[in-house]
Amino acid sequence: MTEKVEYGEFYARWYKPRVSRLWWLRRRSYLVFVVRELSSVFVAWFVVFLLLLVRAVSQGEREYQRFRDLSANPWMLALNVITLFFVVFHTVTWFDAAPQAIVVRLRGRRVPARLILLLHYAAWILLTGITAWIVLD
Amino acid sequence: MAKTVVEPVRWLLFSAGGMLAAMLVPGLLLLFGIAFPLGWLDPPDREHLLAVLDNPITRLVLLALCVLALFHWAQRFRYTLIDGLQLKRHSDIINFVCYGLATVGSLVAANVLLRTL
Repeated sequence: MTEKVEYGEFYARWYKPRVSRLWWLRRRSYLVFVVRELSSVFVAWFVVFLLLLVRAVSQGEREYQRFRDLSANPWMLALNVITLFFVVFHTVTWFDAAPQAIVVRLRGRRVPARLILLLHYAAWILLTGITAWIVLD
Repeated sequence: MAKTVVEPVRWLLFSAGGMLAAMLVPGLLLLFGIAFPLGWLDPPDREHLLAVLDNPITRLVLLALCVLALFHWAQRFRYTLIDGLQLKRHSDIINFVCYGLATVGSLVAANVLLRTL
């Protein structure tokens, strides 16, 4: 059944609102959303940095020294300071969303969101402490 | 491939990577990226780090962190491009590039972390 559609003056076209590519600059909450999404780029950069470290350590003393020189380079330091801002932003926003994603019931009652949030921060502090303890000898 | 099969796996990798990264990355980055280079703390010598890396648990945790964090990135970044820059028309190629890079990065991570296990 092919029916020829006549496009008249009053034909209702599909409504496709035009959205600017810079829509996320219009509101603070939109900007925060995009910054949160972009934090993943810095998480990925950290993976690269970590792999460079592990490779340097396994290759030899000279390579490890070269990695340390590289990480003391002002550009690298600046990049890592920015990265730290983004990854902490990732952690805070991730934990903020956790109580909405994790619904735990104990004896028929929902565990309060604040408690779930608190447990996440406690785990973060604990794991960071263990990391530092392992790394620092 | 059936979208209903792939989609939950993507979100699972995204969540696992987001959680591991949230817990481990700030501390590690603060130490190796800022505190050691700036001399706030004495950096560990190579022997100590080799001993830490000699433990298979360390390597497995770091591999899990690398792989999952990369797939976390892939999921978030593809949506940043598709929604943020209004590139829905190109979503197939964006998905291919993001997940392709995450896969290649995971193989590199496995090579670096498991080679001498």
